[in-house]
Amino acid sequence: MSQSTSHSTIAPAPARPASPPQAPAPSLIGALELDVRFLGMVGALAVIWIVFDFLADGTFLTPRNLWNLSVQTASIAVMSTGMVLVIVMRHIDLSVGSILGVTGMIMAVFQASTLMPTFGFNHPAVVVLTLVSGVAIGALIGTLHGFVIAYLGVPAFIVTLGGLLVWRGAAWAVAEGKTIPLVDDHFKLLGGGADGSIGAFWSWVVAAMACIVIVLATVQARRQRQRFRFPLKPVWAELVTAGAGCLAVIAATLVVNAYTLPAALARRYAEANGLTVPPEGLAISFGFAVPVLVALAIGVIMTFVTTRTRFGRYVFAIGGNPEAAELAGINTKRVTLMVFALMGALAAIGAAISTARLNSATNAQGTLDELYVIAAAVIGGTSLAGGAGTVAGAMLGALVMQSLQSGMVLMRVDTPYQNIVVGIVLVVAVWVDTLYRKRFK
Amino acid sequence: MATQGSTSPTASAPLVDMRDISIAFGGIRAVDGVNVDLYPGEVVGLLGHNGAGKSTLIKILAGAYRPDSGEIRINGEKAEIGNPRDAKRYGIETIYQTLALADNVDAAANLFLGREIMTPWGTLDDVAMEAAAREVMGRLNPNFRKFKEPVRGLSGGQRQSVAIARAIHFNAKILIMDEPTAALGPQETAQVAELIKQLKAEGIGIFLISHDIHDVFDLADRVSVMKNGKLVGTARTTDVTKDEVLGMIIMGKSPPGAIAGPGAVH
Repeated sequence: MSQSTSHSTIAPAPARPASPPQAPAPSLIGALELDVRFLGMVGALAVIWIVFDFLADGTFLTPRNLWNLSVQTASIAVMSTGMVLVIVMRHIDLSVGSILGVTGMIMAVFQASTLMPTFGFNHPAVVVLTLVSGVAIGALIGTLHGFVIAYLGVPAFIVTLGGLLVWRGAAWAVAEGKTIPLVDDHFKLLGGGADGSIGAFWSWVVAAMACIVIVLATVQARRQRQRFRFPLKPVWAELVTAGAGCLAVIAATLVVNAYTLPAALARRYAEANGLTVPPEGLAISFGFAVPVLVALAIGVIMTFVTTRTRFGRYVFAIGGNPEAAELAGINTKRVTLMVFALMGALAAIGAAISTARLNSATNAQGTLDELYVIAAAVIGGTSLAGGAGTVAGAMLGALVMQSLQSGMVLMRVDTPYQNIVVGIVLVVAVWVDTLYRKRFK
Repeated sequence: MATQGSTSPTASAPLVDMRDISIAFGGIRAVDGVNVDLYPGEVVGLLGHNGAGKSTLIKILAGAYRPDSGEIRINGEKAEIGNPRDAKRYGIETIYQTLALADNVDAAANLFLGREIMTPWGTLDDVAMEAAAREVMGRLNPNFRKFKEPVRGLSGGQRQSVAIARAIHFNAKILIMDEPTAALGPQETAQVAELIKQLKAEGIGIFLISHDIHDVFDLADRVSVMKNGKLVGTARTTDVTKDEVLGMIIMGKSPPGAIAGPGAVH
C-alpha cells in the first residue's frame, strides 16, 4: 500500500465544504457494500441444505423440517450473540451450557414451588416473574465470572471452566437431580410447538413490519450520509440490498406458513374454536414459532448493541487493542464485566427456550451447549484472536451447525458419527476462514 | 530562564511542572526523582537512550501509570492524574510511540475512542464522527481517503496521522509526542515539524520525546536529558551545542550551559 502523503503544508485549509471524493472504481460487490464473508456463509448454508435434501430423499427442504430447524436453532442462536462479544474481547465462556442448566432448573422450581401457588394457575405474572428471575440470576452468575476475570485477573478460560463444573453441580443441587415439569402454559409457548407459534396472519404482520423496518433503515442511512454530503451508494444498489432483505423475509414467511397442523390436530383446534371443518380438510398454518421470534429479536437488539452503542464500540476496540483502549480512557474492566453479565443473561434466555421446548427442566440440560455456541460464533466468522465478529454471522453459524445435525438425523446417521462430522466441519470451516483472512486482509 | 522548582503559583507558573517523580517496577527504579517543566508555547525535548525512562515519565503525565512519589502541577495547581481520562480533562493529549490505535476499527472510531459523538437518542453518531474525521484529516493528510477501512489497512504514515489527529482534535493544551516521526519518511517528518511549529504558535506546550537528538534539537526550546531513570540536566538549546547534548545522553555529563540534575556525573 503506498503512503498517500501530500505535497502541501499542514496549514489548516479553510473549512471548505467536504467535496465528496470520488469512490474507487466500483465493482459489483463494492458498490453493494456487501460483507463477502457473510455471503459466503449464506452460500455454504444453501449448499448444505441442497446436498442434505438430495441425500435425505427430499425430506430436508420441506416446510416441516425447516420449521423444526428454526426452532431447534433458537436457543444456541440466542447464546451465540453473546459469545461473539466474549470472543471479540479475546475471552471465552465455557460455562454457558451449565448456566443454561442451572437457570432453567431454578426457573422451573421457582415457578412450580412459589409462583404458581402465589398467583394461581396460568396467571400472566407467572411467566413474567419466571423470566425476570431467570435472567437476573443468569446475569448475576455472569457478573460473578466477569468480576473474577476483570478485577481479580484470573483468565476467562479457567474461570468459566470452573463455572462449567460449579453450575452443572448447582443445577443438580437445586432439585437433587430430579426432573421438574413446567406448570405454566404461557411459559411453554417459548418452546414453540403448535401453540407456541403465531399462525399465518400474524406471521405476515411480522413480515410486513420487518420489511418496513428494512426500507426505513435504508432511507435513514442514506439521509444521514446526504446530510454530510458523503459519497452515496448508487440507488440501484440500495434497492438490491433492501429488496434482497425483504425477499428473504417473505420467503421465510411462506415456508413457515406452508407448515400446517396435522389433520387430527387441526380438527381438534377447529372444535375448540367452534370452526366448521370443510370437507377437503382444514389448513391451519404454524407460522413463525415464538422461540424463533425471540431469537430474531435478540439478534436485532444485539446487532444494535454491537454497532450503534458506546458499549459495543468499546468491546470491539478492546478486542482490537486492549492497551490502546485503556489509554483512550475506556474502563476496560467494567466493559469486561458487562460482557460476561450479558452472556449470563442470554444463557438464561436460552434456558427458558430449551426448557419450554422440553416442557421440563433436567439437570443435564445444556450439556455441551457451550461448545456448540462457541462453534457457532467461530463458524460465523468471529476471530478467536479478538476484534472481529458479527452477531448475524454467529446466528447463521448456529443455523449451519443445526442444519448439519438435523440433516444427519434425517439420513439416520448415529449420534457418534454426527459428532465426528460436526467436529470436522468446525475445523475445516475455521481453516477456510483463515485462508480468506490471509487473502483479503 | 525557566528553572525547576519554582514556588508559588504565579502568572508565569509553568503549564506543567513534574516534581521529584519516581516510579519503580519490581525493584527497578524506572524513573528516579525527576523534575521537568513545560511552559505554554514551548517545546521541551525529552532525550535519552532507549530505557532511560522517558516514555515511563510521560506515561505518568498521561495517566497510564501512577507515580510512587512526587507531584504534578498544572498551571501551578496540584493535579490528581489517576488514569488517562483525568489527564485528558487537564487538556493533556498523547501520541504514543506505538500509536495506540485499535487496528480493527476505522479512523473515525479511533479518533473519537472514549469520546464518541452521540445522537440525541444515546447511540453512536458515526456519520457526525466521520464528518469530523474528514475535516481534521483533511488538514493533516489531504489525500487520506480510507475512512471506511479498519486502520489495520493503512500505511505507517496514515496511521500516524490518525494518532496525531486524535491528539489535536480535542483542543489539547499540553501535547506529548513520543517518537512522533519514528514511522515516517523524510517528507512526512518535515510535515510533523511544521505541525509542531504551528501548535507552538497557538500556545500549546509540547513534550517531544526522542532517542535521536537530530529529531529534536532544531524544534525544541529546551532539552531535558535522562539516563538510567535520572535527570542528567536541562538546557536551553541556545545555550548548548548538539555535541554537548550528546555528551549528556551518552555519558551523563552536564555541560556548563545546562542545569545539572541528580543523574549527572561529576
